[in-house]
Amino acid sequence: MFMEYDPATYSRILTGVTLGFHIIFATLGVGVPLMIALAEWTGMRKNDPHYTLLARRWARGFVVTVAVGVVTGTAIGLQLSLLWPNFMQVAGQTIALPLFLEVFAFFFEAIFLGIYLYTWDRFKSKLKHFLLIIPVIIGASFSAFFITSLNAFMNAPQGFELVDGVIQNIRPLEAMFNPATPTKTAHVIITCYLTAAFVLAMIAAYKLLKGDRNVYHKKALHLTMVSAFIFAIATALIGDFSGKYLAEYQPEKLAAGEWHFETETEAPLVLGGVLNEEGEVEYALEIPYALSILSYGYPGAEVTGLDQFAPEDTPPLIVHYFFDGMIAIGMYLMFISFLYVAFRKFKPAWQYNRWLLWGIVAGGPLSLLAIEFGWMFAEIGRQPWILYGIMRTPEGATTADHVDSMLYMFIGLYTVLGVSASLVLRKMFRNNPVAHELERRGMDKGE
Amino acid sequence: MTMEVWGIAILWLFLYGYMIVGSIDFGAGFFHFYNKVSKKKHPVNSLIQRYLSPVWETTNVFLVFFFVGIIGFFPDTAYYYGTALLVPGSISIVLIAIRGSYYAFNTYGASDSKVYSFLYGITGLLIPASFTTVLTISEGGFLDISENAVTLDLMALLTSPYSWSVVILAVVSVLFISSSFLQYYARKANDEASFELFRKYTLFWSGPQILASVFIFFALSEHNPAHFADMLDIWWMFGLSFVFFVGVVVLTVLKRNLGTAFILVMLQFFAAWFGYGASHLPWLLYDYLTIYDGFVNTTMGITLIVSFILGFLLLIPSLYLLMRLFLFDTEYIRGNKK
Ligand code: HDD
Ligand code: HEM
Ligand code: HEM
Repeated sequence: MFMEYDPATYSRILTGVTLGFHIIFATLGVGVPLMIALAEWTGMRKNDPHYTLLARRWARGFVVTVAVGVVTGTAIGLQLSLLWPNFMQVAGQTIALPLFLEVFAFFFEAIFLGIYLYTWDRFKSKLKHFLLIIPVIIGASFSAFFITSLNAFMNAPQGFELVDGVIQNIRPLEAMFNPATPTKTAHVIITCYLTAAFVLAMIAAYKLLKGDRNVYHKKALHLTMVSAFIFAIATALIGDFSGKYLAEYQPEKLAAGEWHFETETEAPLVLGGVLNEEGEVEYALEIPYALSILSYGYPGAEVTGLDQFAPEDTPPLIVHYFFDGMIAIGMYLMFISFLYVAFRKFKPAWQYNRWLLWGIVAGGPLSLLAIEFGWMFAEIGRQPWILYGIMRTPEGATTADHVDSMLYMFIGLYTVLGVSASLVLRKMFRNNPVAHELERRGMDKGE
Repeated sequence: MTMEVWGIAILWLFLYGYMIVGSIDFGAGFFHFYNKVSKKKHPVNSLIQRYLSPVWETTNVFLVFFFVGIIGFFPDTAYYYGTALLVPGSISIVLIAIRGSYYAFNTYGASDSKVYSFLYGITGLLIPASFTTVLTISEGGFLDISENAVTLDLMALLTSPYSWSVVILAVVSVLFISSSFLQYYARKANDEASFELFRKYTLFWSGPQILASVFIFFALSEHNPAHFADMLDIWWMFGLSFVFFVGVVVLTVLKRNLGTAFILVMLQFFAAWFGYGASHLPWLLYDYLTIYDGFVNTTMGITLIVSFILGFLLLIPSLYLLMRLFLFDTEYIRGNKK
């Protein structure tokens, strides 16, 4: 439409759009079951029906987000072959294992999710029903692990030899457990938990702000905020390890993310800023030594800069903003959840302060935004490679016609799905507000 | 059996699984919509819901398993089919997406809407129709393959009698499989009105179903005589399939042993499916790609088969639990348990 037709470019955009949409639902799909389990467990341990109801209501909303996650996941699974046939031909030889295992993990999850959702009142023992959510958590987290190890492979391919363009001597486990796998999978999974906790906290905080002071929402807020605080600390820690991984294995990605042009010791961390015409950084906040510390753990470390790489091998500099955005949001989420936990302990009167509650509400969309920023940094930062150091992105792409029309078709589809899903969720909880359900189930009205 | 044959057999088995559970699901969705607009509401629709709700996501995974597995075992298919199928494949994705999500919206979304129900009822018939084009294409004659491009000859596909006969068979089979399952389910639920309705549907669709199957033999003998000849070599599998079919019709007419009748439906399609598959070998794409030259390297092949066996051991008990709770639990089927 605006540019000359190039299937590779359109394939990239379409892949980015599909994944960017899928990841919202996928993240919730991995994180929410854990929160449901925490609520159901707490309800059982404290014999407090409020928590059990919380688990029930979360589970009900969860079905809708899972549905969209499943269909967009199916889309991306097929699209990988349709848009990147040449890449998949190579990937099939080397990294089919985690992709295959991922499906088993889904399968396992799907079966138990079906059972869990329809057996709330079926067993005499509450423990039995609770136990059914465990395989769902395991299945979801393992599928996140497997698919992310595939993405890790794209960043740090190993476990095979390339002789005259032919792939030989393949070692599937080595390919799966590549250097990027530990930090990448850990960071992805923990951020799923963090995001789910914040999105659910957002709902509780919003209800409290709107004047519904039922203890039900207070309990929900407490459960989610305490979990979020723990997850936020873990996220920052593992994120720090991810930085160290990059410094070691993909220094140009880190350098582009940090606008770190010259190799130097005692490197500062550049936050924000713009590039002027000469390519110099202006208006940025520099934290001395911080990049050296992020990269190697001590202030005197030498950090490789972009000067060490040919320009055609470095990613676009825009990734800097994605990286900074993600880190800023990470700090914000940690700060807000810390405030809540600290107030509750030392200054309970401020626990439901309007500003704090609004801060928590903002945390929901912001955490999703951080997920998007994180992936854009990771994926665009890998450019120009689809398989780091081995295959450039256009080489992996399809040569077919009509990728552009497909792009518009899918944008239309995701718009419709996104709008319908939000309408359905709103209607679901409007038609059946907490107060009614509490009454119907014979639970006391709160304070 | 060689490793290549193991690989394709595993995939074929999962595709068979998808065909059965998917057909029940697609057909049920269509009947749900049809009964709704034709005001035959009965308790039929809540019966359908009770079956579909817990299992629809599992159904989808059968499909995902197939297309992930085929890239794993036969990476070269990504090149041939991936390039050629961009447009039809994308349309199938859109159909699946609409169907899955509107099913969930309609079922869990507090309100039962006619539009939503229409969307997932109709897409349920279009999806099998669009997927079977892959089988059609695999017979050869629809792809232009040159040095560095693979393109689909859409005109040839749309004007081929073989291609349309496959589409018709797919749609009719969906309705037949689905109604024969639902008559069994309704009988178990002691829901006489629904039972009569689905029995009527089963008998109604049995005729077209068998006619479409016969027609497809003729169309294939025109389109790909070599494959047709290979089919004749194992004619007994198709004969067996027909015997099972007769059994289904007899039991349905007699209103007896409907569980057995459904098992016979499964066997009928099993025999035909594997007969078709076996005679298709060694071709993955007729005249271009066989299972032997498209197979993944040996190491990955072994790894995948081992992980398949381990994964399967995990799935069997889980699937059994699912079926025990929702398929074989009479109290649940009757709606006495939530
Ligand atoms: C709620 C989301 C979220 C938050 C708060 C953070 N991250 Fe993150 N980050 C992700 C969500 C994410 C992600 C979406 O999960 C990514 C994208 C690709 C990946 O592997 O994980 C990611 C990637 C990613 C990478 C690139 C890894 C690679 O390309 O291999 C680094 C270096 C960091 N993160 C570091 C951090 C640091 C130091 C944080 C400080 C608090 C941080 N992240 C917070
Ligand atoms: C689920 C979270 C993910 C998100 C949000 C995401 C996001 C993106 C984005 C924004 C792009 C476009 C980059 C560009 O064009 O510059 C992209 C490209 C791509 N991603 Fe990811 N990605 C994710 C995970 C994965 C995983 C797990 C895989 C591997 C299976 C993968 C495979 C690809 C491929 C093949 C491309 C196209 C080639 C490229 O541009 O590098 N992505 N993704
Ligand atoms: C290229 C990348 C990806 C591919 C090819 C992919 C593939 C899929 C597929 C095929 C499904 C549907 C499965 C089903 O039918 O049940 C799905 C759903 C899902 N995916 Fe993705 N996915 C990708 C990225 C991710 C990432 C990065 C995560 C997690 C961080 C993730 C987590 C999920 C979850 C939780 C679901 C919901 C499925 C369920 O609840 O059963 N996916 N994905």
